[in-house]
Amino acid sequence: MSNIALRVDGLGKKYSIGERRAAYKTLRDGVATAAEGSLRSLGALFGRTGSIPTSVPTDYWALRNVSFEVKHGEVVGIIGKNGAGKSTLLKILSRITQPTEGRARVCGRVGSLLEVGTGFHPELTGRENIYMNGAILGMSKADIERKFDEIVAFAEVDAYLDTPVKRYSSGMQLRLGFAVAAHMEPEILIVDEVLAVGDVQFQKKCLGKIGEVARGGRTVLFVSHNMTAVRTLCERCLVIEKGALAEDTKDVAQAVRRYGGYGAGSSRWVRDSSEFRSDQKMAFTSIDCQISGDQPQHTITLTVELRSIRQHAPAFIAFDITDASMTPLMQALPKPEGFLHHDDVYQLLVEIDLPPLIPGTYRIAAWVGSHFNSTYDSVGPVLEFSITTSPTPRRSFPHTQDHGSLVPRSRVSVPVSNAY
Amino acid sequence: MTSETPILPSTPAFFDIEPSRGWVNLGLGELWKHRELLYFLTWREIKVRYKQTALGVGWAILQPLFAMLIFSLFFGRLGKLPSDGVPYPLFVFAGLVPWTFFSNAISASSNSLVNSAHLISKIYFPRLALPISSILSGLVDFALAFGLLLVIMAYYRVAPTVNVLWLLPLVLLAAVTALGVGLWLSALNVEFRDIKHTVPFLAQMWMFATPIAYPSSMLPARWRTIYGLNPMVGVVEGFRWALLGTGFRPGRIMLASALAAVCLLVSGAFYFRRMERTFADVV
Repeated sequence: MSNIALRVDGLGKKYSIGERRAAYKTLRDGVATAAEGSLRSLGALFGRTGSIPTSVPTDYWALRNVSFEVKHGEVVGIIGKNGAGKSTLLKILSRITQPTEGRARVCGRVGSLLEVGTGFHPELTGRENIYMNGAILGMSKADIERKFDEIVAFAEVDAYLDTPVKRYSSGMQLRLGFAVAAHMEPEILIVDEVLAVGDVQFQKKCLGKIGEVARGGRTVLFVSHNMTAVRTLCERCLVIEKGALAEDTKDVAQAVRRYGGYGAGSSRWVRDSSEFRSDQKMAFTSIDCQISGDQPQHTITLTVELRSIRQHAPAFIAFDITDASMTPLMQALPKPEGFLHHDDVYQLLVEIDLPPLIPGTYRIAAWVGSHFNSTYDSVGPVLEFSITTSPTPRRSFPHTQDHGSLVPRSRVSVPVSNAY
Repeated sequence: MTSETPILPSTPAFFDIEPSRGWVNLGLGELWKHRELLYFLTWREIKVRYKQTALGVGWAILQPLFAMLIFSLFFGRLGKLPSDGVPYPLFVFAGLVPWTFFSNAISASSNSLVNSAHLISKIYFPRLALPISSILSGLVDFALAFGLLLVIMAYYRVAPTVNVLWLLPLVLLAAVTALGVGLWLSALNVEFRDIKHTVPFLAQMWMFATPIAYPSSMLPARWRTIYGLNPMVGVVEGFRWALLGTGFRPGRIMLASALAAVCLLVSGAFYFRRMERTFADVV
């Protein structure tokens, strides 16, 4: 047999909008639609088309005409904006949902990890849940028994094995969930955005494990918004845009830079009014970004507008600065305690003194929340600014990100005896 | 221990993902491959059912016990319904034991998919495992209630006959019927949440269509075969015949019951598999 692990051919998935919005119907709706349908066909039978108003739900293609091949042992990253169709693709490939058209051939045992800890039951103990979760993921009892100690060691829960999972911290639940899934050893591993949750330590550990799986010669399909992870893990990158395959490239760094998951950046960001969630406490409405000054002392000036929507605790703001491939560089915390009390609209002027940065484009993400852990709103790294001059005067060779983006000021003094 | 086990050379273990059309096959081979999952799901149901209840597993016998007391009072004492020559409480309890299993099984299985919506939308596994395991887990409660039935028989000094061997196929008949109904209702419930509200009502109606409070000998003989199309008639009458020596021996009624149950199961299984492809999108 060839060494193709996965062949996807013209895959498409259609949802009717009605289906997506009102997830399930009641019988009454069903009867009503059926009645309407039969009335219509009755009308059609008598040649009277169009006389009865139709309420055919609008169709929506979450994925259309996607074709690609993946060889055994390849590690492929899939990136794209939210709602582009990445998750739909993975759901089809892991057989959770059926495609509407097209086909895919999968050669090998598939393990999919679309959510950490699926199937955990809060009342069962850690030990029991390992077996339960393993069985749901398709492991046999013997497999689980063989891997049990490793799973426990990875999850660092040995002291709590006989405690119900509902008493676990969320971090422990995550670790345990990932540990079980990571040890299922499929030939093809499908991972969706599991790293979006959990602390940095956990993310590192997961990434390490996924890397280990990849180096072990297995095929990995990896969806993430963590562009650093995609860049370091993947040798190939698929870009999904509006349900179609926009790019299929081996130049992962390039694809990540171009698509980054957030589209092109700009110096001004304004929220679509439709984006508000009703349960949100605060929301950014617009942010303007200007850069002034010169090396080595650039200053970013942000004009921030935000609103309180409902009652909230005193809040404060933070700004993450990343490089073009979304690798976090630093965070600015202009006033590290709650200073925004419930009020209608705020106009804030934020100034950030930048350390010396190498030439390139950078992104800023904004956050507002309280008590350091409850987020009211966050805006992805959509604001962009560029540095055009080198922070090191008289440098005659170009800067590269391989040595980092920050150039600390440095001095050297030469002992007199060595000077000539 | 290392996590590196050699990858087996790919045997032609490929499968195709395509839109399926029309009536699909039942996929029983795949279900068999996932039998351990079936075991674990059943085990989880059993473990979790009486967690954080004060009476715990006592509920398994309290439910039919209270029903027996109420029935004996109203139908036996006040209504003076006949009971084929055995004490009315024993008569009614012998019917309530399989009935309670059946009615719990249909309500558990019809909600099994909706209650596991998070699993269905995140993981692939044969969906049939959910309603099946919810019925299998009810067997534990059934065994406990059956134990109580033996105690009550001893109290009334009624000895079981050799016919007790028939109980096994009778329990199977009840389980098959419950699964057939459960497959229909659970698949419908994914799309129409009305089912959740219909099931208790359906169970109640069904109970009165089953000879639990009254013996089927009250019915004119010519109606009995048609009456037997309700598979629970065969189950309940069979239970009394095998344990108490009343009712009728498994004859034409039983055949009608078994046929009806198989029809329910087969049609339910095909309907379930047909609807299965949209479960993850709709649930």
